[in-house]
Amino acid sequence: MFFQDLFQFSIGSHDLKNTNLINRAQAGQKLLLVTKIFSKIANYLCNGSFGLVMLSQKADIILQLQKEILQLQGFRYKASDDFIRPVLGPIDSSFPNGVFPLACIHEFITQSAEDIAATSGFISCLLSSLMNKGGVSVWIGASQRIFPAALKVFNVEPDKIIFINTKKPKELLWLFEETLKCEGLAAVVGEVSEISFTASRRLQLAVEQSRVTGFLIRNNSRNINVNACTARWKISSNPSIIAGDIPGIGFPSWNIELLKIRNGRPGAWQMQWAYNKLLSILKPTMVSSTEQRKTG
Amino acid sequence: MQKRFVTIWFRYLKTDWFCHRHPELLHLPFVLTDMDHGRMIITAVNPVAYQQGIVAGMVLADARAIVPSLIYLDDIPGLPQKLLRSIAKWCIRFSPIVSIDLPDGIIIEATGCTNLWNGEISYLGSIFNRLKQIGYNVNAAIGDTPGKAWGLAHFSDQQPIIRCEDELNAFLFLPVAALRLEVDTVKRLDKLGLRQIRSILSMPRSVLRRRFGNHLLMRLDQALGRQEEIIQPVQPVEPYSERLPCLEPIVTATGIELALKKLLELLCKRLQQEGKGIRKLIFRGYRIDGNIQAIDIGTNRASSNVNHLFKLFEIKISSIEPALGIELFTLESSKVEDIHSTQEKFWDKACGLENPGLIQLLDRVSNKIGNGHIHRFLPAEHHWPDRSVRIAASLDEKTTIQWRTDRQRPIHLLQNPEPIWATAPIPDYPPMLFRYQNKLHKVKKADGPERIEKEWWIEEGQHRDYYAVEDEEGKRYWIFRSGHYSDSYQWFIHGFFA
Repeated sequence: MFFQDLFQFSIGSHDLKNTNLINRAQAGQKLLLVTKIFSKIANYLCNGSFGLVMLSQKADIILQLQKEILQLQGFRYKASDDFIRPVLGPIDSSFPNGVFPLACIHEFITQSAEDIAATSGFISCLLSSLMNKGGVSVWIGASQRIFPAALKVFNVEPDKIIFINTKKPKELLWLFEETLKCEGLAAVVGEVSEISFTASRRLQLAVEQSRVTGFLIRNNSRNINVNACTARWKISSNPSIIAGDIPGIGFPSWNIELLKIRNGRPGAWQMQWAYNKLLSILKPTMVSSTEQRKTG
Repeated sequence: MQKRFVTIWFRYLKTDWFCHRHPELLHLPFVLTDMDHGRMIITAVNPVAYQQGIVAGMVLADARAIVPSLIYLDDIPGLPQKLLRSIAKWCIRFSPIVSIDLPDGIIIEATGCTNLWNGEISYLGSIFNRLKQIGYNVNAAIGDTPGKAWGLAHFSDQQPIIRCEDELNAFLFLPVAALRLEVDTVKRLDKLGLRQIRSILSMPRSVLRRRFGNHLLMRLDQALGRQEEIIQPVQPVEPYSERLPCLEPIVTATGIELALKKLLELLCKRLQQEGKGIRKLIFRGYRIDGNIQAIDIGTNRASSNVNHLFKLFEIKISSIEPALGIELFTLESSKVEDIHSTQEKFWDKACGLENPGLIQLLDRVSNKIGNGHIHRFLPAEHHWPDRSVRIAASLDEKTTIQWRTDRQRPIHLLQNPEPIWATAPIPDYPPMLFRYQNKLHKVKKADGPERIEKEWWIEEGQHRDYYAVEDEEGKRYWIFRSGHYSDSYQWFIHGFFA
């Protein structure tokens, strides 16, 4: 069993080499560190004849090593980030270290206008905690899609968001990268549908330097390729749940699919935005049988 | 070297300026008036009015009794000072030392300048003619002291007088008022029969001092050159510009960058000393073939940071075409503002909208993709959805209006509502189903109607009944019916809820 874990480590390091390497100098440095890790593992193996190692001890060692590898891969855990880190309840356990990864790029796949609306809603939820210390965000897109007045519902200060619109795709990418390089921003949201592997690596480089969190909305992308983004999400609307026969449309609720997450476990959840926080829908209550009624 | 001074007297300074602005007044009698103790007092007259017997200080009603067709305009306070300052700056072409002599004169120190105009006659003639061309009635005289020149300009009939010995003779025959004395002193001298300067010149100084005070003696000494008179020259504002000539023509981008950096450093050093920052900047390259290549930048906030300004230019350097080479670079700032320095907090990087990094970013963006692409929104007091947000004029703009959350608003609002086809069971009920982009949506849940009137004081039109609806897949739309059921109505989709 322990060998299996070790095998996973070696795969992890391969993974690191393929996806996370940005330039050669960094690659060299990281490989050096990976060899360090291997020597540590070897140390563990030599010191305790591993037949005798207690199961719990083994788990501890693995956890320790996993943490060190994460750190090498750019998942630096900063305690000060906890003030603005979104807490997503059950989703958190899927993330590396069990916390929402900041200072990286999250990619959102959308197919239709309704998807974009749902995705924007979910991103707004994330922004509400990212911006709660008075931070400023930038929202980049081809046109002004967002209606600022609606953001207040998601606890985001609409006047703390700067919207930049440009039609040209090349300028959009340039803008997104430049904005991500700007230190002190809470988050940057970019509606860029096509992005190449190289471009995504550039974005990753930028956020590693500036520690800004980036959200990339890719609508109707022609090819969903491999890229350097840390996470890939898909948000779609979910029929809202209303207990009893109360009229109205209820709280916004979504199917949240985490398709890819580096060093984490993908999954799918159903959540809704209610009472100024994201709550998971645990037991769906009865949907009212009479669907239409006069409300006004 | 003997000093030479030119005094220019603008007899009708203010009215000449008005005539220049309104040429139709040139041949009409007109005056400038000001309110004083409930009366309209004439403060300036033009030559036509003066010839008809109107002088400054008259009450307007009296003047209009003399000349019924008199035109009168309001005087502008502080006008002479402004005019004289700009004329003095213009006069720097004649001599580097030019000073204002309020209320209506200019003193130029012409020592060593006249030979550039081939002598004093043509020098004085040149000043006289140029000012006359502009439209000013001037008297000008040259003398070896400002006092003498002043007296000659105001009181001499035969102008200009050039030779030194003539000058003194002419001066001695001038009335005592030519000594720039107070009105009371002039009156007392006149009473005593001392009407010309030569008559007081022969009197003992102690007697003059006892009877008329020190001022008369001082003026006399100043006029005759026994005591030096200090004049305060006008200091023109130096434009915020720098130039860099090159020994060899520059053809490479690196060379241009170096030149730009050097110029920026020079300019920013000066700006920092004066506590100012740049809002607009133009960088020009003068090519060998006579073509001028220019790139310009603008900033959202005044800046004197070399690196930041350089970054703004850096994007545009590629648009410069050096061709055979650029031999001269200039950097000119057309808009400079004071910098309000803020204390930098290095421990708190997420400092909101005042974040200097953010401002620099927005500068770069607006220089790259142009203005009008960056928006920040503030709430506005309107019910009509499109008007309920407005674009903030600046990054710091604040508003007292709160964002409203009591009404449901979609996170995506369509720029223009799109017509849809919808069926509602009975009037004022939300629709059962609607077709949008060839897809049929069955409405499962709905909220509404919320009636929003088109604000009639802004725009006429039909009201809208908005419904928030959710279809069977959980997708949410903001749809409305325009107008009442009774008349022609149409369903529209206006947005998507999250």
